[in-house]
Formats: sequence, C-alpha cells, structure tokens
Amino acid sequence: MSEQTLTQVPARRSSRLKNALDSDLIYSLRKSPLTMVAAVVTLVLVLSAVFAPWIAPQNPYDPSSLSIMDSFYPPAWEADGDPRFLLGTDDQGRGLLSTILYGMRTSLAVGFASVIFAMVLGVTLGLVAGYFGGKTDSIIMRIADVQLTFPAILIALLIDGVARGLAGSHAYDEIVFGVLILSIGLSFWVQYARTVRGSVIVEANKEYVLAARLIGLGPITIMFRHVLPNVLGPVLVIATINLALAIITEATLSFLGVGAPLTQPSLGTLIRVGNDFLFSGEWWITIFPGVTLAVLALAVNLLGDWLRDALNPKLR
Amino acid sequence: MLAFTIRRLFQAAGVLLVVALFSFVMFRFVGDPINQMVGVDTSPAERAQLRQDLGLNDQIIVQFARFVGNAVQFNFGISYQMKQPVAQLIASRFPATAELSLVSALFALLIGVPMGVYTGLYRDTLLSRLFMAISLAGISLPTFLIGILLIFVFSVHLGWLPSFGRGDTVQIGGFWTTGFLTKSGLLSLILPSITLGLFQMTLIMRLVRGEMLEVLRTDFIKFARARGLSRRAINFGHALKNTLIPVITITGLQLGSIIAFAIITETVFQWPGMGLLFLQAVQNVDIPIMAAYLLLIAFLFTVINFIVDLLYVAVDPRIRLGGSPA
Repeated sequence: MSEQTLTQVPARRSSRLKNALDSDLIYSLRKSPLTMVAAVVTLVLVLSAVFAPWIAPQNPYDPSSLSIMDSFYPPAWEADGDPRFLLGTDDQGRGLLSTILYGMRTSLAVGFASVIFAMVLGVTLGLVAGYFGGKTDSIIMRIADVQLTFPAILIALLIDGVARGLAGSHAYDEIVFGVLILSIGLSFWVQYARTVRGSVIVEANKEYVLAARLIGLGPITIMFRHVLPNVLGPVLVIATINLALAIITEATLSFLGVGAPLTQPSLGTLIRVGNDFLFSGEWWITIFPGVTLAVLALAVNLLGDWLRDALNPKLR
Repeated sequence: MLAFTIRRLFQAAGVLLVVALFSFVMFRFVGDPINQMVGVDTSPAERAQLRQDLGLNDQIIVQFARFVGNAVQFNFGISYQMKQPVAQLIASRFPATAELSLVSALFALLIGVPMGVYTGLYRDTLLSRLFMAISLAGISLPTFLIGILLIFVFSVHLGWLPSFGRGDTVQIGGFWTTGFLTKSGLLSLILPSITLGLFQMTLIMRLVRGEMLEVLRTDFIKFARARGLSRRAINFGHALKNTLIPVITITGLQLGSIIAFAIITETVFQWPGMGLLFLQAVQNVDIPIMAAYLLLIAFLFTVINFIVDLLYVAVDPRIRLGGSPA
C-alpha cells in the first residue's frame, strides 16, 4: 500500500505540473506581451550573471589584468571612449561591463539565497504554528505581528549592526555575505509564515490529514510530506515577488555601506562607489549599474505580478 | 469604544515592551558596555567598581526594569562613538527628519490622491497610462536609485536644485531648527522629499484608483446620477469621500515607514537627520544610539497605529456597530 502511493504520487504530480505548464500558465504568458518581455529580460540577465566569467571581457578582480592608466574612460561611443571598454571604466581601470556582470552575480546570489532562507524559515514556522495551534501558534504569530510593524530595511540594518558588534570588525569581513543573507531573510519570513499558517489551518481538518494521523504518522511527516505540498502554491508567488524585494534590499544595504564589500561588489556597492564621481562628470560609473539594477528589479517584479494574477483563480 | 481604546492601549504597551526587551538585550550583550566606556589603562579593580556602580551585576530582570525606567525618561546613556548623551544627539537631529517626513507625506497625498482620482475616472486615456507607468517605476525602483537619478538630472545636469544638506536653517525656540523659512532651505527640501515620497505617492494613487473604480459601480452613485447631480458633485462629493477611509489608514501607517525610509534618503542627500545618525551608529556599532532609535521608531509607530485605529472607528460607523456587543 505505502509502496504503491510512493510510486504513484510523484508520477501524478509531474503530470499535473506538465498540464499546468501546457495550459493556463503558458497561455496567460503568451497573452501578455509585457510579461514575455519581462521573462526574456530576466532570463538574459540571470544567464549573463551566471556565465559572467566566460562572457565578461575582463576579469575585474584579477589585479594583473588591470591598469590604472585605463581609468575613467567614458563609454565606447563617446569621443574619448576606448573600444575595449564598451560601457567605460571606473576609477581603478576596471571595465564597467565586466564589473556589472560580476556585480549582478553577487546581487542575484545573495537575493536567491536570502529568499530561500526566508522561505524555509517562514514555511516551517507557518506549518508549525498552523498545525499545532494553541500557545505555539500565538507566540509565533505575535512575533510576526510585532515584526510586521517595522519596515524590512530597518530590521535588516539592525541585524547587520548587531552582527558587526558580535563578530568584531575584522571577523565581520569574512562573514559579511552570511550576515547579509541572514538579515534580509529574517526580515522577510513573516509573509510566508502567515500565508502558510492560514492554508494549514484549512488543510489540517481535511480527511487525508486525519487518515495520515490514524495510520500513526508523526506530526513532522504529516506536516512536511502531506500538508506542505498542498500549501506551496501561494508560497512560490510570494517568493517571486520577494526576489525583487530581496535584490533591492541587498542593493540598498550595500549602497548604505553595510552590505557587499568593495572587494566583491554587488550592484549596490558599484552604485555607491560611482556616486562619488557623479559630480565630477563621470556619470557612467554609477548610472550603468543603476540602470541594470532598475531593469532587473522591474523585470522580476513584472514576472511576480503576472504569476500572482495567473495563479489566482478569483481573477480569471 | 472605551473598551476598544483600553484594549488597544494594552496591546500597544505590549509591543513596546517586546521592542524594549530586544533593545535591552542588544544594549547589554552586544559588546561589553564597560569596555566601551573606559580607556585601555583602566585597572581591573576600577572596571569592577564601575560595573558595580552601573548596576551591571544586578539581576537581569532588575537591570531590564531600570532600562525601561530610563527609556521612559528618554535616558539612553552616552554614545560610544561621539561621547555625548544619546538623547541630546537625537533631539538635535529630530527636526530635520520631521520636516523631511512631513513634506514627503504632504507631497504623496497632494499629488497621489488627484492622480488616483483621475486614473480611476478616465481609465484608458494616454495620461492615465502614463501615470500608471510612473507608478510602476515608483514601486519597483529602489529609493536610493531614484535619489541618484534626480540628483543627476536636476543638480548635475541642469544645476537647478541643491543636492545635499538642508541649506540655511533658522532656529526656533530652544532646539528646533527649521528649513522652511529660508529660500535655500526650501530648495534643499524639494529633491529629498520627492525621493522619499514617491513610493508612498504611487501607493496612494493605486489605492485611490482601485477604490474609485469600486465605488463608482455602486448603487448610490447611480442614484446620485439619476438625481441629476453634477459630475463634479458625484465624483468628489460622493465617490472620493467614500474612498478616503482606507486612504486615511494607509497614509497613517505609511507615515511611520516614511520616517524609517528616511534613513536611505538622508544618506543619499547627506541630510543631517536621525536616519543618518542611525546609519553611522550601525556602521560604528554604536549600540546606545541604535537602541534609542529603535525604541523611538517603535514608539512613533505605535502611537500612529493607535491614532489610526481610533480614527478608523470614528470615521466609519460600521466598525463601531460591529464591534460593540449587540
């Protein structure tokens, strides 16, 4: 019996996935040209970030390939531009196209990691709160309520400051990406927890949960193997929308000087560095990373909006 | 109504106590307060004496009670970095943030509401689409990027507006400094308030638009049309009035996040407010300032939430009827 269900469930699920991709989702994607553009832009940006070491014309972190003589070249199409550096160079002679590609890599990596962290944390707490109810539930949800009254950026800044104090400034440089992911993740878990808790309360009274309990499965098995797959839909939508938010938050923290370090800059760090040269006329150092960040955030946002509408049966 | 008010007051006090606990834990256990106060050449005996004098050997619960007692009197000790009382530092920075937040909130309301009404009434005109496109940008662009772009266009390129600082300020009363009374002060306010208020503006615009679309479909609007009222009276007297309840709520709640988001705007424009102070505190691990700022923001948020809740009940009779036992 249990062997049978084990083999059946994945098969049914994958065919269900295929059906969904074949029908509604893809149909609504084709219907909206703006979303198509957003999807293509996101795909291109993500791929070029992933393959940055092979695409980028220079390696901006290899000091031997840099020359200070190359610094402050304007973009190639301007009068003083150099064809080697399509988007110009920064104060250290690094080609901006290359630094942007590598910076986007950092931004996306931190963004994805913190969304996954927030999702795992929020979903787990939401499952526990919804499944057990009672005291556990009210403690978790009260914490969520209190946290929800504060903007995420403030919480991320506080966690960052506390981590700095605990680690000391020297050790801090080594764990900076961990702290970034932790602080962004901790400031976004509430939404997942609330959504999952709501769905779990509905699911927990259904017969399959009762049946699972009757055959003697433990609460952890029931929560993760049986209830979780049934409440994941909205979670994926939140995750997509939060990816844009996480990228923006990371960029903001880096811009404020508490995020990605100069040795491994993200888009936010690049913008911060370039901001110092805005007034002396070297506008490209800050504007190009800025535009990249804006396009990336906008495209992911549009995808998230579309996913939310496409998966919401009320709007059909 | 009274029972509701009292219940909400207790809830607010509870939230503040939780935040105070977090502040206290941060204050007491992140880094050693003694190490931050004394020099390298202080002997262990003197350190122990200081520890005893400051009450750091007391029970934790006693220390927490003392922390809360001090916080109520706005006494957060001395900044590690600047060696000045935290309360004084924050008080000197408060007017800058307050004025910036106020102007941003006004900007968001005065521009956002008319734009929302317009896009709600004329959904498909070119101008409506332009407004919606702007609002999409306002929601997805990070605040600091908007600030940089504005500086690039209006300060660097056109040279119209100042890009940093508050300009000339005038002192009023004991401690309040204002930029409202000088030309350079007013000019300096423009770019930062647009930067800070843009997100809220787009939020309000989308909210008003959505509510307008909903209200315009209702029967009492049809009835008003049947009575032969002018379009103006219907749109503004009847429709807009009924959209304002959620707008009041959201604007009130957003006022809190404007103060918090001022951290970013103040950094971009080197605006000498509380946000910049807090950011420097985070970078230098200046725990007393961080703890004080956190508690202050929590207090402002709670007060605003409380007022909004009361306002909501006062404005919308349906809640009052539903809330009281029949």
